[in-house]
Amino acid sequence: MSKTAPLTITGGKLLRPDGTLEAGTLRCADGRIVALGADVTPQDGDTVHDAGGLIVAPGLVDLGAYAVDKPAFHFGGITRAALMPDQTPPLDVPSRVRYVALSGKPDFWVHPLAAATRGLEGSALAELGLMRDAGARGIATGRRWIADSGTMLRVMQYAAMLDLVVFVHAQDSNLMGSAVATAGEMATRLGLPAAPAEAEALAISRDLLLAEMTGARLHLRKVTTARGLDLVRAAKDKGIKVTAGVSPAYFMLSDLALAEYRSFMHLSPPLRSEADRKAVIAAIADGTIDAIASGHDPRGSEDKRLPFADSAPGMAGAETLLPLTMNLVRDEVITLGRAFELLAGNPARVLGVEAGRLEPGAEADIAIIDRDRPWIVDSDQMAASAGNTPFDKQPVQGRVAALFKGGARVGQKKTATT
Amino acid sequence: MRSSATSYPEGSAAFPHRGLVGIAGLAPHEIMFLLDEAEQWVDLNRHAQKHRDLLSGLTIINAFFENSTRTLLSFEIAGKRLGADVVNMHAATSSVKKGETLLDTAATLNAMHADAIVIRHASSGAVQLIGDKVDCPVLNAGDGQHEHPTQALLDALTIRHAKRAFNGLRVVICGDILHSRVARSNILSLSSLGADIRVCAPPALMPVGIEAMNVAPFHNFDAAIAGADVVMMLRLQNERMQGDFIPSPREYRHLYGLTLDRLSLASPDALVMHPGPMNRGIEIDSNVADMVERSLITLQVEMGVAIRMACLDVLTRRARGVEGWA
Repeated sequence: MSKTAPLTITGGKLLRPDGTLEAGTLRCADGRIVALGADVTPQDGDTVHDAGGLIVAPGLVDLGAYAVDKPAFHFGGITRAALMPDQTPPLDVPSRVRYVALSGKPDFWVHPLAAATRGLEGSALAELGLMRDAGARGIATGRRWIADSGTMLRVMQYAAMLDLVVFVHAQDSNLMGSAVATAGEMATRLGLPAAPAEAEALAISRDLLLAEMTGARLHLRKVTTARGLDLVRAAKDKGIKVTAGVSPAYFMLSDLALAEYRSFMHLSPPLRSEADRKAVIAAIADGTIDAIASGHDPRGSEDKRLPFADSAPGMAGAETLLPLTMNLVRDEVITLGRAFELLAGNPARVLGVEAGRLEPGAEADIAIIDRDRPWIVDSDQMAASAGNTPFDKQPVQGRVAALFKGGARVGQKKTATT
Repeated sequence: MRSSATSYPEGSAAFPHRGLVGIAGLAPHEIMFLLDEAEQWVDLNRHAQKHRDLLSGLTIINAFFENSTRTLLSFEIAGKRLGADVVNMHAATSSVKKGETLLDTAATLNAMHADAIVIRHASSGAVQLIGDKVDCPVLNAGDGQHEHPTQALLDALTIRHAKRAFNGLRVVICGDILHSRVARSNILSLSSLGADIRVCAPPALMPVGIEAMNVAPFHNFDAAIAGADVVMMLRLQNERMQGDFIPSPREYRHLYGLTLDRLSLASPDALVMHPGPMNRGIEIDSNVADMVERSLITLQVEMGVAIRMACLDVLTRRARGVEGWA
């Protein structure tokens, strides 16, 4: 790795771990934060960046993306992402894990999630120990749930022994079948194959029991229903090692958005009812939800320009993760400090990496953020490798003005209109 | 032509839609307009000479991505009786099987300058997707589990021919409501015309939230059929009979089959309908299906051709430069 000059960011408002903003300076050397505060000054030979009064925040840590799509991540202020094992071929052997772990460096760090089972088939265990030592930061069941409880028990037993967090897509697969919508009036009117929202709580209940039995750490990637969130709340009270994530679509949208059959609204899990949407917001506010992730899954027209039920689920979410989360701050659901706990601090903790907070010793992954800057999401002008966003043409607020990975400035594709 | 209680605006204002994707979005007077327009074709079709060259020179493509015999035949006859050049595209023999995307197929059809495209597709919303990409009107001949608007229109025309007013008409729709586009379109059209609708199915075949569509759901057919003026039976697909959604055909008949005994619970002059093809001895007994004085099943087929002629005529008026429509 080439040696970069120490970096000093001046004239910014530093987001401290307690959530307060403090006018001050931040200095990094050798890729790590060395000092920050009102009394810090640049030293000779430092590269100086003037933050111009903007917020100096930790780079976002995205808890579960499907593609290493650097331009989109950089646009969105994301410096690290946990990569889902659903790659072609899947991340189910150590060599691929090792390769992927290095694939974003130096300006983007990928934290691979090892496939829980070979080929993500949900039956034979993958080499979890070897993959951990090859750089896997967790284990994931992939886009699917492991329906076989015996297999899942053994996955969790290994995970507990190896101290790897298990990322679960908690949707009972038998109940989901080929559903692309949540059962309810919208799905009925549209004639879309639908599954009850309870498919989520059903899966969560089992996986919480297995986590309790094995002592494994469980991360539920997207908890999107009131019932699912109630289970998480109770499990946390009981001391089960569980964290819960969500992506902005589930607090921004409900199944009413399916009305025009737009395949960009085809997500997994499917969009829920308005009541569930409100429950997600409440769970973000009360701390039940620990992380907001992009679920970044860029899909081209070959996957999306299809009838709704035939299209692939997923959205390109990296660019809109920050501004949509900032909506919650503007609406006073959460504080700015809590927003960055959801976007960076907690995700780093789940993965066990020294990032996600501005403090001496942490890696110098830094985003300079203009929290109020308005821009318009434009599907045709995205930095992502595909423009499948459900938020096309929506005005949002919050943009990254500059991004640093390991104390070095990273390029940003300047595309979206302001 | 029958008189109608509903009046509608002059010219294209009577039916201002570019295509016919569904009953949802149609005003009651627009439905009545199509029914009234169909009456002339009912008359014509009953003559030996059933030809009127209104659509001469126009090309109509029947793009059927899902198998169909009756609906395709009905649309083909409708187009030909109006003098159009009718071409049928079957998915089974088309490049769709070779991996071409639906929208590429749509672009291809569009480049051939069709004047109307009739589409059937197994996915809900597929017809609207194509309709947004082509320049000519599209007619939905059934999209997934969403809508089958010409079926609902022909059913309404059939009921009207049986001299029933829609207002307050007690209709029971029984069968696989969950997977039925016929049920959805009929619910929308008949409730918009003022009928009082009950739907009846086992819980496994009843969609969640159906009551929001202004219907009363029932699981007990005997209760649902009580006092009904029209009994509309739905076809039970073979692939759903083997334990997935119903335990067995004979149990289904026991609980939901339209037998003479059950029909006796309906109003004394209740009429029987079925969109076809029927599973005789499962959802409907032969002695009910064949009751000359009660069964409207063949009348439905007849009305189907007339309705489709009306739809093709109305939707091509703009392109043909018909006065008031151009």
